[in-house]
Amino acid sequence: MEPLGVFGIISYTLFYLWPVWVGMVIIFTISYIYRDSLGLFGRLFGSTPGLIGFGIVLFWLLTAIFADLIAPFGEISQIPGMKNKVPGTPVRDMEGAYFLFGGDNLARDVFSRVVKGSQTVFIIAPAATLFAFMVGITLGLPAGFFTGRLDTVLSFVANMVLAFPVILLFYLLVTPEIRNSGYELLRFGDFSWRSSIPNVLAAVLFVFPIVFLIVLFQSRFYLRPQMRNLFVGITLVLGLWLYLGVVFNVDPFGLVSMNPNTLNIFVAVVFVNSPTVFRIVRGLVMDIKTRDYVAAAQTRGEGPWYIMLWEILPNARGPLIVDFCLRIGYTTILLGTLGFFGLGVSSESADWGSTINEGRKLLSIYPHPALPPAFALMSLVLGLNLLADGLREESLKD
Amino acid sequence: MGAFILKRLWVMILTALCLTFVVFFLANLYPNLEKLAKTQGNMRMSDEQVASWLDRKGYSSNLVIRYGEWLGLVPGWKHTDGEGNITGRCILPGMEPEDAPDYCGVVQWKFGFSTVFRTEVGDVVGKRVLLTGKLMFWAFALMVPMALVVGVLAGMREGSKTDRTLSTFSIATTATPEYVSGVIFIAVFASSAVGLKWFKGSANSAMDDITFANFTLPVMTIALYGMGYIARMTRASMAEVMTAQYIRTARLKGLSFRSVVLKHALRNALIAPFTVIMLQFPFLLTGVVITETLFNYKGFGWTLVQAASNNDIELLLSCSIVAVIVVLVTQLLSDIGYAFLNPRIRVG
Repeated sequence: MEPLGVFGIISYTLFYLWPVWVGMVIIFTISYIYRDSLGLFGRLFGSTPGLIGFGIVLFWLLTAIFADLIAPFGEISQIPGMKNKVPGTPVRDMEGAYFLFGGDNLARDVFSRVVKGSQTVFIIAPAATLFAFMVGITLGLPAGFFTGRLDTVLSFVANMVLAFPVILLFYLLVTPEIRNSGYELLRFGDFSWRSSIPNVLAAVLFVFPIVFLIVLFQSRFYLRPQMRNLFVGITLVLGLWLYLGVVFNVDPFGLVSMNPNTLNIFVAVVFVNSPTVFRIVRGLVMDIKTRDYVAAAQTRGEGPWYIMLWEILPNARGPLIVDFCLRIGYTTILLGTLGFFGLGVSSESADWGSTINEGRKLLSIYPHPALPPAFALMSLVLGLNLLADGLREESLKD
Repeated sequence: MGAFILKRLWVMILTALCLTFVVFFLANLYPNLEKLAKTQGNMRMSDEQVASWLDRKGYSSNLVIRYGEWLGLVPGWKHTDGEGNITGRCILPGMEPEDAPDYCGVVQWKFGFSTVFRTEVGDVVGKRVLLTGKLMFWAFALMVPMALVVGVLAGMREGSKTDRTLSTFSIATTATPEYVSGVIFIAVFASSAVGLKWFKGSANSAMDDITFANFTLPVMTIALYGMGYIARMTRASMAEVMTAQYIRTARLKGLSFRSVVLKHALRNALIAPFTVIMLQFPFLLTGVVITETLFNYKGFGWTLVQAASNNDIELLLSCSIVAVIVVLVTQLLSDIGYAFLNPRIRVG
């Protein structure tokens, strides 16, 4: 077979991505029809950059979802004779199969690896950002509301984590050695749990979402015990189930688990991100608590947690949503940095950072394996930033 | 003002102590020490051999005491082996045990011995920081003026076509981390297979002799990522200033747009970006580490990677002191500078 030209590569790529196009058309049509009832998201249709950003993010999200359908080859399957081949090279003995973006140093398909690599990002980045927000909000609300000694201590700790160079923290926190530190505290049968630093951090950080939700429901429904018991009960059951699965890896149903590598990365990223969220929330609370509706709630005799969670927090949502989008982008960059330094990922991992790192070694002779993941990462972060910018613009309009 | 600086200095010292202790604690976790023993001694050491190696090298005593030794508040360890040879923290190779001082720590301006470079940490760090200083100087010399020009041009007519274009450009640069832009730059400008071959893809030779060919790409890589953020801050601040009453007054007085921008708006618009520029220093540290690794420029960032990946504890500690001091001093300077530039703010 003849190698593909530039036109051929583009049209084959567009063809392979068909599930993404179908999904995008459906989602865009539906959200355009119902744009008036979708709130802030619906108003995104008024801002071109925001819409472009949303399109890019959606593209990568759908790519991650349909990755197995799109990628023609496996992320680690090596095809003989395809080492460092240029983009568009046909695969021997396989009719109609091409290495669209060429082959890498280990004769793997670069296109398939980039597509599969998007999964890592979407599994970790949004969840880690959400956890960082839970931690930051749960600590930032009381710090900004009560101020005083609590605020001094929490702010000192937050500033200390922020004064830590991120890269040094990663080098110290994300290592195979650190997972073997500490003492084996629990052990029965196959199960064992060490008090290593990532495990302890996970055990502490993952409590925050549960605490947050319980306080959220308790402060609102404490006068209606039935409702309260229902919501708090659901939170406790679901929360403890996920908690057991993620932190201790002992989910009784075997559905939720996280391998130690991923847990290590996850915890490090949450740990690095939460102080910034804490500072943003604290600042917002200090500003909002002087408003009249807070004074009105206090006069009504509402408790401090009700005011923080049901009066102040909803009114701080605009800046928080914008920062959430930006922070997912930043987390994506952090994950890429981790991959670039080979921290916490296996050498076969298809995530974009490690693919760039692998490709850079032969960069001046074979530039093609490193460029697609680089552009992929850049476009996703750009999409998130544009989306955040569009949301900010639209939220400032009223 | 004096009291403010004193208070800040006290917080800085406290933070630095806490941070170095955290680094010390993390680097001294037993699995890390075990790895250090095996890389320094022999990969096939048994557990007992590892323990005795650590004992001989002074790694086995209490963590707090060893932190004190490192600070120079506790006398350094000494170890006498079976044959009467004395080794110790303060006894450098080629030194008689009797001549060695009792205390050798940060307070005595002794930073210990690097196990990777096999020389004194102070020498290593000093040399490397100087190299990174050059890189940072050129990066800032490129980044700050460009960011300010882009920000002022975008913010002076908010919503115009120039504003849209330049804002999208700055968003794009903040979305391009160093390991992406560096890789793209090398592929486009330095690749020997395809590309323009204008510059060199390695800055190794720039350590002795900086030339346009070997230093442009690393400097551009660092400057690009930091630029967008400063430009966006400048734009926001400029746009806000342009809606102020005194700008309208100046316009209505009949002054030209150009002179209003240059004489009335610019000074006030640059107060906020000043803090951001100062705070970019610590933020750029990660970028420096990536860029130096990518371009093989053996400066501070490269040293930090070597120290961290080989668990060279004393080098790592000195690197973190440098990093922490940079962060804290720039925070202090940005607060003081902010107060100087903005007469409405009073510190103290």
